Amino acid sequence: MIENRRGFDLFCHAVLIVGVVLVVFPVYIAFCAATMSEAEVFNVPLSLVPSTHLFENVAHIWTHGSGSAASPFGRMLMNSLVMALVISIGKIVISMLSAYAIVFFRFPFKNLAFWLIFITLMLPVEVRIFPTVQVVSSMHMSNTYAGLTLPLIASATATFLFRQFFMTLPDELMEAARIDGAGALRFLWDVVLPLSKTNIAALFVITFIYGWNQYLWPILISSDQSMQTAVVGIKSMIASGDTATEWHLVMTATLLAMLPPLAVVLSMQRWFVRGLVDSEK
Amino acid sequence: MSSRKLLVSSISLAAALAFGASQAQAATEIQFWHAMESALGERVNDIANDFNKSQSDYKIVPVFKGSYDQTLAAGIAAYRSGNAPAILQVYEVGTATMIQAKKAVIPVSDVFKQAGVPLDEKAFVPTISSYYSDSKTGHLISMPFNSSTPVLYYNKDAFKKAGIDPTHPPKTWGELEADSKKLKAAGMCGYSSGWQSWIQLENYSAWHGAAFASKNNGFDGTDAVLEFNKPLQVAHIQFLQNMAKDGTFTYVGRKDEAVSKFYSGDCGIVTNSSGSLANIKKYAKFSFGTGMMPYDESVKGAPQNAIIGGASLWVLSGKDAATYKGVAKFLAYLTSPAVAAKWHQDTGYLPVTTAAYELTQKQGFYDKNPGADTAIKQMLNKPPLPFTKGLRLGNMPQIRTIVDEELEQVWAQKKTPKEALDSAASRGDDLLRRFEKAGS
Amino acid sequence: MEKRSRFNTSLLPYLLVAPQLAITALFFLWPAGEALWQATQTQDAFGTSSEFVGLANFKQIFTDPLYLSSFNTTIIFCTLVTVSGLVISLLLAACADRVTRGAKTYQTLLIWPYAVAPAIAAVLWSFLFNPSIGLVTYALAKYGIVWNHALNGSQAMFLVVLASVWKQVSYNFLFFYAGLQAIPRSLIEAAAIDGAGPVRRFFGIALPLLSPTSFFLLTVNVVYAFFDTFPVIDAATGGGPAQSTKTLIYKIFAEGFQGLDIGSSGAQSVVLMVIVVALTIVQFRFIERRVQYS
Repeated sequence: MIENRRGFDLFCHAVLIVGVVLVVFPVYIAFCAATMSEAEVFNVPLSLVPSTHLFENVAHIWTHGSGSAASPFGRMLMNSLVMALVISIGKIVISMLSAYAIVFFRFPFKNLAFWLIFITLMLPVEVRIFPTVQVVSSMHMSNTYAGLTLPLIASATATFLFRQFFMTLPDELMEAARIDGAGALRFLWDVVLPLSKTNIAALFVITFIYGWNQYLWPILISSDQSMQTAVVGIKSMIASGDTATEWHLVMTATLLAMLPPLAVVLSMQRWFVRGLVDSEK
Repeated sequence: MSSRKLLVSSISLAAALAFGASQAQAATEIQFWHAMESALGERVNDIANDFNKSQSDYKIVPVFKGSYDQTLAAGIAAYRSGNAPAILQVYEVGTATMIQAKKAVIPVSDVFKQAGVPLDEKAFVPTISSYYSDSKTGHLISMPFNSSTPVLYYNKDAFKKAGIDPTHPPKTWGELEADSKKLKAAGMCGYSSGWQSWIQLENYSAWHGAAFASKNNGFDGTDAVLEFNKPLQVAHIQFLQNMAKDGTFTYVGRKDEAVSKFYSGDCGIVTNSSGSLANIKKYAKFSFGTGMMPYDESVKGAPQNAIIGGASLWVLSGKDAATYKGVAKFLAYLTSPAVAAKWHQDTGYLPVTTAAYELTQKQGFYDKNPGADTAIKQMLNKPPLPFTKGLRLGNMPQIRTIVDEELEQVWAQKKTPKEALDSAASRGDDLLRRFEKAGS
Repeated sequence: MEKRSRFNTSLLPYLLVAPQLAITALFFLWPAGEALWQATQTQDAFGTSSEFVGLANFKQIFTDPLYLSSFNTTIIFCTLVTVSGLVISLLLAACADRVTRGAKTYQTLLIWPYAVAPAIAAVLWSFLFNPSIGLVTYALAKYGIVWNHALNGSQAMFLVVLASVWKQVSYNFLFFYAGLQAIPRSLIEAAAIDGAGPVRRFFGIALPLLSPTSFFLLTVNVVYAFFDTFPVIDAATGGGPAQSTKTLIYKIFAEGFQGLDIGSSGAQSVVLMVIVVALTIVQFRFIERRVQYS
């Protein structure tokens, strides 16, 4: 850096290393537990060295689940995947279209549309839990993919993100398109879309994780085991009744449930970091 | 007839036959939503499969919906949107809520009557059926299915180690305290208990012939007030608080946490649901025994009878007559002696009919499985008094939570038993008034 | 600002906003209206009888000492999560900014908890702190500390705060780090020439320049602590013991789901709505000001 202060540098490295250790430790322990058998995981203290039962545990939980979530975990992972993908793709498409309309068009009731979308920022699921469940239930969408995903697709944050980005696009672009005789949809597809790539990538990561990690909504909507998502399934594996929690299986499930979002974050890290930070400006 | 007409009529006849045939084959599907997890759920599936195989008119579809809370919430949500299941399993503390929803529920006795299926209400164990019967007419409102009582489990090996006679479970609370002291001296945790509201207040009251609430524990009206803060119950909680202070009573959680403390060998004596027997048998690596709930010999008339926990099956409205006929037939099947006896033996829940109990005795089950009849013996100990038939209080799940919270303060030595029970009764009464209003 | 050129097509914009507006109307506005209506009713659990009671539900919750204490619990929880989340991540970001070697690795290693669901974070830490078999419980016992968050309210609060902060630090770190990296080197060098040490420079230059980021993160963290921590509490403590981890949002869920009291739950939802509106307004006013900064 600017000056050379070894002591200070060492202190900073130490802090960072402690931070990393605290961040990694629980997951390491989860990994160890996931490799153990039932007897080994109940040993106090837990061994810090992984054992050999990882694949058995994965196989067992994939087909049998555990505890209260005694249905195949593989199915729950699939549900989470569908939910995350539908929500992220749906959100991106819908918000982009709305933001495009709001920024690039002049039409009556435009402001009304804008404010209606804005209001949803003040209405997270938590303040309208039971009525929303009733609405979904009366449309016979309980325990369906539609019920899991549709209500979560209309997000004001994504619309605003796109709106802010679109507003930074220079007027000349649109003029040039007009001169070329391109219509509105052409302009969107050929010009705006390619320019939005970083935003779309960042938004994809954010919404995928948002969809994958949903907790309250699936609990309310899916009472059928086969339609439950991975994150919720893990919580119901923790016994609240007579049977002991099968921690080795629970930890295996947590590892499996952490992998896809992790993969998404790490593989798209660059765009994600840039898009996230830039877009909040 | 012209050949054309012949052709048309043969085709229509064939179609009618085919259509008619497929109609006859399409069994009426009956949804049965329950909260029986893992092994229990598999037993339920077996029973449903056996019933479905035994006839072709109806098909019972059991669906596991999660915990009792979740199952009830799912049932309500489905009802509100017009697609309720025909049969819903609801925990015992939800009984008042179900009774209040008169339009949503069809009393089981009515279902049987309208379907023309005979129902012998006297066949049920009195203290079980009284919980779920109309207090005025005595007819069954819901079908008892899985009921349990609190039972005492003790670690025989630990008793031996602590110098206590392993063939004698403590009969009175005084004996329990003495035994716990010896266990503690031998380096173990003495006594623990699960479901404290159910065991230490609700059942303690009934076992000692006292009321838990006015209006015969709420059976006679929604204007009941709680009465568990009387000197009798306060003294008992004081007794436990003293044990907690001595370290002979350890509180580990509101639900079944005490059971794992028991089968891990930690605590030598535990009171919990009779349904825990299966798990204790599976996980305990020592010899153990069961006993009835302890009582206080100084109380006249004790021990009286136990009151049940568990759940029952409710029939929701809005379906057609064919469905209800199938429901009646299935419920009759469930409570037939052979099926009910097998359910009792497989799960540890009480036999719901005396016939099932007698059949099990005849099969020599209790000889092979000592302790499995402790629960039913407690139920049949004495004929129930008007206020020891069970509970029928609104918002009971929340009242239990309130009791849990207040008692936790007692174990932490932060409140005296009288303060805690008074506070719990007053908070609970607020909830009862709210419930009363909602149904008016 | 608004001097840009626009398309004038008549039907197309309506078609473009239609999907979002349809979903908004169906799943946001209609249920929100229902919540307002239900807050003024007492109903039995099945909804078969419903009676208008005006503001009675509101009066009931505001005179309920437990509802008011859940406000308290929520504020304590929120403050703990926000303050520790921000301070810890700021410290980490400052160190990462200072260190030239390995900064990228540190960044990668520190940001991935963002991908972890709050519920899973809670499960992981509950396992470590499990009163019977937890590793940390065992270690604490060696020092004579008995850990049982099923009994001890402060311990329960500590656990949920820990799990919530653990997850959120990565998000905060990202922003603080980016913010620090964006500070012009010239400013820092000038200060160094003037003789200011690294700590002085941090407090004198970096912190003030980070204030927009800090305000932004403050509102994000408060909203996170209010709402997104529901799974943490549900998975780790279930609101217990007693009421020690029952936040406002948890109470709404518990009352409606287990208590089946739609009226009370509705009234609490309305109160929460008001709080969210206030928070959103705050967030937007600060963001607007931020935009003017840069």
